[in-house]
Amino acid sequence: MTATTPGFPAAGTEWIFVMDQSRCIGCRACVQACEECGTHRGHSMIHLDDVDRVQSPQTVPMVCMHCTDPTCAEVCPADAIKQNELGVVQSALKPRCIGCSNCVLACPFGVPKMVSEFDLMMKCDLCLDRTSVGLKPMCASVCPSDALWYGTRDEYAATRRGELVDTFVFGNQEVTTRVKVVADLPGSIDVLGGAAGARPWQDDPFGLEEEPLW
Amino acid sequence: MARPPLPEDQLVVRFGLRLNVEPPGGWVASTETGSEVHTHCCFCGLQCGIKLRLSDGEVVGFEPWYEFPFNRGKLCPKGVKRYLQGNHPDRLLAPMVRADDGFRPVSWDEALATTVGELRRIQAEHGPDSVAVLGGASLTTEKSYLLGKLARLGLRTRHIDYNGRLCMVSAGVAYKKAFGIDRAPNPWSDIPQADVVFVIGANIAECAPITTGYIWRARDRGAKLIVADPRVTAVARTADMFLGLRPGTDSALLSAMLHEVVRRDLVDQSFIEAHTEGFDEAVAAVADQTPRWAAEVTGVPAARIEQAAEMWAAPGTGMLLHARGLEHQSKGVMNVSAAINLALACGRIGRPGKGVNMITGQGNGQGGREHGQKCDQLPGARDLTDPEHRAAVAQVWGCDPDELPGPGLTAYEILEAIERGEIRGLLSICFNPLVSLPDTARTRAALDKLEHFSVIDFFLSETAHHADVVLAGSLHEEDEGVVCTAEGRVVKVNAAVAPPGDARRDTEILVEIGRRLGAERHFPFTTNREVFEELRRASAGGIADYAGITWERLEAEQGIFWPCPSEDHPGTPRLYTDLRFNTPSGRARFVPTPWRPPAEVVDESYPLWFTTGRVISQYLSGTQTRRIGALVAQYPEPLCELHPALAERHGIATGDIVRVTSRRGSIELPAMVVSTIRPDTVFIPYHWAGTQAANQLTNPVLDPESRIPEYKVCAVRIERVGPGARDPLDRRDTSLTGGPSYT
Repeated sequence: MTATTPGFPAAGTEWIFVMDQSRCIGCRACVQACEECGTHRGHSMIHLDDVDRVQSPQTVPMVCMHCTDPTCAEVCPADAIKQNELGVVQSALKPRCIGCSNCVLACPFGVPKMVSEFDLMMKCDLCLDRTSVGLKPMCASVCPSDALWYGTRDEYAATRRGELVDTFVFGNQEVTTRVKVVADLPGSIDVLGGAAGARPWQDDPFGLEEEPLW
Repeated sequence: MARPPLPEDQLVVRFGLRLNVEPPGGWVASTETGSEVHTHCCFCGLQCGIKLRLSDGEVVGFEPWYEFPFNRGKLCPKGVKRYLQGNHPDRLLAPMVRADDGFRPVSWDEALATTVGELRRIQAEHGPDSVAVLGGASLTTEKSYLLGKLARLGLRTRHIDYNGRLCMVSAGVAYKKAFGIDRAPNPWSDIPQADVVFVIGANIAECAPITTGYIWRARDRGAKLIVADPRVTAVARTADMFLGLRPGTDSALLSAMLHEVVRRDLVDQSFIEAHTEGFDEAVAAVADQTPRWAAEVTGVPAARIEQAAEMWAAPGTGMLLHARGLEHQSKGVMNVSAAINLALACGRIGRPGKGVNMITGQGNGQGGREHGQKCDQLPGARDLTDPEHRAAVAQVWGCDPDELPGPGLTAYEILEAIERGEIRGLLSICFNPLVSLPDTARTRAALDKLEHFSVIDFFLSETAHHADVVLAGSLHEEDEGVVCTAEGRVVKVNAAVAPPGDARRDTEILVEIGRRLGAERHFPFTTNREVFEELRRASAGGIADYAGITWERLEAEQGIFWPCPSEDHPGTPRLYTDLRFNTPSGRARFVPTPWRPPAEVVDESYPLWFTTGRVISQYLSGTQTRRIGALVAQYPEPLCELHPALAERHGIATGDIVRVTSRRGSIELPAMVVSTIRPDTVFIPYHWAGTQAANQLTNPVLDPESRIPEYKVCAVRIERVGPGARDPLDRRDTSLTGGPSYT
């Protein structure tokens, strides 16, 4: 394992997890790969949602944002949700979790899942079995579209566009996260149209106003 | 008569489809692995690198292969779950013959004696060409090579073709006409270097998923994206210009863009003069194909066609990518020629970021068409009608050139010859025509007529239900050899495990059949490596020249692009860098593209356009992927996509059962109402069999040059049958309770 081997971090570099939902193609490779992760085999911890399938094929993946002050842990009455030394927020501790779903309801990003089979809150743990030995998480390894991405800040700056955002405001609550999200400006793929009129075709994909069908 | 011995539902009970839902030992088994095998995904022409994880001699999972340069560890869901095709309850473990109560396991000796005896008996009574061979483009190149040799020197029949006839032949003919070589001219690493990317007839996100990242990287550099498709696909969603054309009108759109590029004088005149021929004739053919005219034909507003032409022809680099959408038509070749014309007019070939590329679909879609299972071709992509080419291969094979039969019928024409009673015996491998050929009812009736049908397969496919003899062959991970990717990069596939039970490697089966046919001296092979070494010699000096490629080099260099004529040659990632083409004049050729409508057009009885395609979780006819639980769960059954405006006319809501009817047949299935499809068009993905087969509707008319069927356009009507039994949309991930089980 050398510093230049792809898939492994160079010694001393800070690796970041970046999510750019605008790139998602809905393929579900992340979902399928997540359930191959050694710490929760057979269970995917990723959410992959259609925004509005009637209107668009746009899908959005959601992994745990690994908040600096995780709301899920703050609302847990059993003190079952812990961060490790790297700031990774982990699934509830089995001996402590009482299955109350406070965390499921409180998470501003809708991440934790109450897995009834185990009566346990489970969530993305950033593939601890992989990242702890220097491997990329499963989802960010396989994602064909780089919607989920794991690498160094330098690598990101050299190959990608778009500001990285890790602070979010929900009403009176400000949340800072370990996972970075690509903001629309200055230049990620602006799937929502970006500036007004950037993709006029989206208002009428098949040009029906100009070329009526019937 | 090759009829199934039992009704379909009884065969399914015995042979599947059953679902493999978890790895050997279950999800709770240890994830410790003994070793990893570096190989490639078996599902699609991109051939992503992947590592298969082994434990106790079984494939138990996968690991990303980060170092493989094409995909850097990335995989689509099929790649992630490919390992579940092994250790499968439906796996055929022994050869079988048809019996009154189904299929009966027999010894290899009995099975092979029956196959060879019956094929020989038919040939003795009706001549050598009364027997045909059908192959497939998911086979390794060694198997493809063996199959061609087996047909020509074992069975000595003219009739061998393969299911690549349903995939890459339109592009192949058009690229040979224009450039003289049937291969994507550019490596994928050219895509991120393009200033404009034009995608037409290619659902990249679902059919060539890893290509998505290459396009996104181009966009990170600021590239413009144009997408032409009857549906707003996941990649089209982000396009700077979307051209939502009617099915079957691609050449009109492309010709109108050429018209506009010429009208505005946006052509690369110096390139055209120095390196091409036929430009004036091509321009004359599009003289009347104005954007205004094309708007009527395609349904795309003229202003958008004009803007797209301007965007494509802007100074700088550009890549045009196309796939089955425009190739699966009775003018598939002309559609591709129209795409090539548009690229050549702007000088887009032979330079970094400049090119026109086909996106090959099947696992070995490129390699499988290079070395002799195609009806008109010999190894090295040589021409079966060229005396020099015949002599070159005959010398390597140690036979007289006159012993090599001439070109035979193409895949669908073989079916038609079976229908007419001219072909009576069939040996098939890696082909499931009951799902993949158009007009399913006709295919079934033809298979029923065969006097003898032998199938080599690892699962009992719907087609194999008709077999007299089923020879239990090998999965991708049970054999080794080479494949050639969509880029033209030859890579090495490695065996992870041995075939289970009494199943055998396909290569061993083919060699044994050759020997039993009395062609021992042509089938001396004891290993796959020996087959590859002969293939190298047979390809030497040909177009697809593998002479300099060794298995060791493939491993060390992570693939080599052909041509590679000598062991010190680095291979050829980008063709035509000297702007010399493999044509008599050395110039690239424009080909005129006069307008021709689809073979079947809408009318009062069948007022809607129908088109077929794929979903990301299934591969081709689904023989493998319909048996993998996690992939089936992702998209369990075919859905009929239709626009809300059309749905409203018929009172259809998402989840309702609808009946779609063409002149060939009808299908009932759940509706999915989405505004991402043209309101005059309905879409059904094709991977399923029986009453779920989209090909019950499709039109078996063929392109006159490529002989590809017109899967992508015919006329249908639609009606509501009633409410459906379930919500067809996948909402598992939106549930925050109950757990996200995929099994």
